[in-house]
Amino acid sequence: MTIRDIRDAVRSRARSASDVCRETFERLERTEPSIGAFNTVTREQAVARAADIDRHFDRWRNAPLVGVPIAIKDNLCTRGVRTTASSRILEAFVPPYDATVVTRLESAGAVIIGKTNCDEFAMGSSTENSAFAPTHNPWALDRTPGGSSGGSAAAVAAGMAPVALGSDTGGSIRQPAAMCGVVGLKPTYGRVSRYGLIAFGSSLDQVGPLTRTVYDAALTLGVIAGADPADATSTPEPVADYVAALSGDIRGTRVGVPRALVEQGVDHEVSDAFVQSLNVLASRGATLVDIDLPHAKYATPVYYLVATAEASSNLARYDGVRYGYRAPGVKDLRSMYTRSREHGFGAEVKRRIILGTYVLSSGYYDAYYLKAQQVRTLILRDYHHAFERVDVVAMPTSPTPAFRLGERVDDPLQMYLGDVFTVSANLAGLPAISVPCGLTGGRLPIGLQLTGRRLDEVTILRVADAYEQEAGWWKERPAL
Amino acid sequence: MLAFAMPAGITREEVVAIAALAELDLEPAEVERLGRELGDILAYAEQVQRVDTTGVPPTTGAAAGLVGDRADRLGPSLAPSVALANAPEPFLDGGLFKVPRVIGS
Repeated sequence: MTIRDIRDAVRSRARSASDVCRETFERLERTEPSIGAFNTVTREQAVARAADIDRHFDRWRNAPLVGVPIAIKDNLCTRGVRTTASSRILEAFVPPYDATVVTRLESAGAVIIGKTNCDEFAMGSSTENSAFAPTHNPWALDRTPGGSSGGSAAAVAAGMAPVALGSDTGGSIRQPAAMCGVVGLKPTYGRVSRYGLIAFGSSLDQVGPLTRTVYDAALTLGVIAGADPADATSTPEPVADYVAALSGDIRGTRVGVPRALVEQGVDHEVSDAFVQSLNVLASRGATLVDIDLPHAKYATPVYYLVATAEASSNLARYDGVRYGYRAPGVKDLRSMYTRSREHGFGAEVKRRIILGTYVLSSGYYDAYYLKAQQVRTLILRDYHHAFERVDVVAMPTSPTPAFRLGERVDDPLQMYLGDVFTVSANLAGLPAISVPCGLTGGRLPIGLQLTGRRLDEVTILRVADAYEQEAGWWKERPAL
Repeated sequence: MLAFAMPAGITREEVVAIAALAELDLEPAEVERLGRELGDILAYAEQVQRVDTTGVPPTTGAAAGLVGDRADRLGPSLAPSVALANAPEPFLDGGLFKVPRVIGS
């Protein structure tokens, strides 16, 4: 079921919000044991909420997400519901407030069904860095769902929720969407409020939806986008009617293809599916244009210097004083800090804190952090120049399909290299979407990524929707 | 030409010094492993040094030009009891977070 199907059924009273809620948890109970998409399931609250919507139906009838079940990544604060960021250090944290996106979803009639697993503090590309358990890819249970929003992607792919929220700092919505065969949208930096999102890389983080269809992504974005006085980086620019933009007409739309970038180090089945998807776009009347993004090849190292620097600063707040884990039996303040952090953080989080602290430290700041920020400017300029000639930029979302659980866990650098096509949109603050564009011979999903101009979600959604309608990959489901 | 001399790897002592800056205790095995992994990651990141950035300003954020200043208005905030609800050691009567002794012993 898509959001659109559920909303229409509830709105026309073919089904009640309570019917939808009951069916959702029946399916979740059957499916979740083999997937492990959720850290917390909020069945009781969801049932009560659905009943409330049914009881006051006249008030909710026209709400854009009336009765729609939604899963929320566990790094978005939910008032009264445990929010862990999949970290031991926040294992018992119960936020006293809701993230702005959560408030907006509930105001739109959505029913929250639970909190999804992710890499600890959203640091990772496989969801294996969760302090609790890895999530399994619904298409192949011995493979990762990607990450860091792997629980959100798996929940949607397995049909446990028609929509889930994720967060994307370097590809954490788009890459798991690609690996699980669903749609994932990272909005323009500033388009969606970050208030209540547990911070990782504050100049890169953005919240967005994972859905079955582009229509559903457009609908959800319309609900969560907009200015928020609680987030100084949220923009007052007006929110477009994203659903109305899905005209299906992409005649004359110029699609840029950075050939030099996408012809190296890409799995051949991914490469074949990408070329096929370009042919589909051309058959719908889009114009393919070769472009050059000369600095995009530096995006991965630049990203890992900038993101870890910001992370080391953001994670300084976990000190055992105000919330989160405090190591027992410590004798002084300093050892309370150091031992709480030693026990509370996992290996990847420590790795990034150390790297980030190193690149910010005296003597290395200019060589690493400042240099990375300068190259970030060049990456941004490359896109700026490209968008003088094209309307969207097309790339594969990930150079490989989903990899096996455990395959990259001992090789952090190998894991980082998989982010090559996603990180530059975060560095440049641009909107980008991943849409299913094929299956490998072994039935593993492949994603097509479309990146747009700043605040031009309308164009990437229109192109992605036209592609989806023509190619039809969204109808493929995993055999669970 | 490199603009800066790059370290070949990170020594044990450097990892320990950086961990202290980050208020992290590390097991000896973690120190060894992190030194090796960070050496690999920094060697990979070395390619960034080859880019000519003469006269290029740094990008510190992605919201430039999209946001303005908002009015600085007082709004509601959390009640002390709510703000203390997640504290490992709250002192509710005083509205304080208790921590181990800071001065003396």
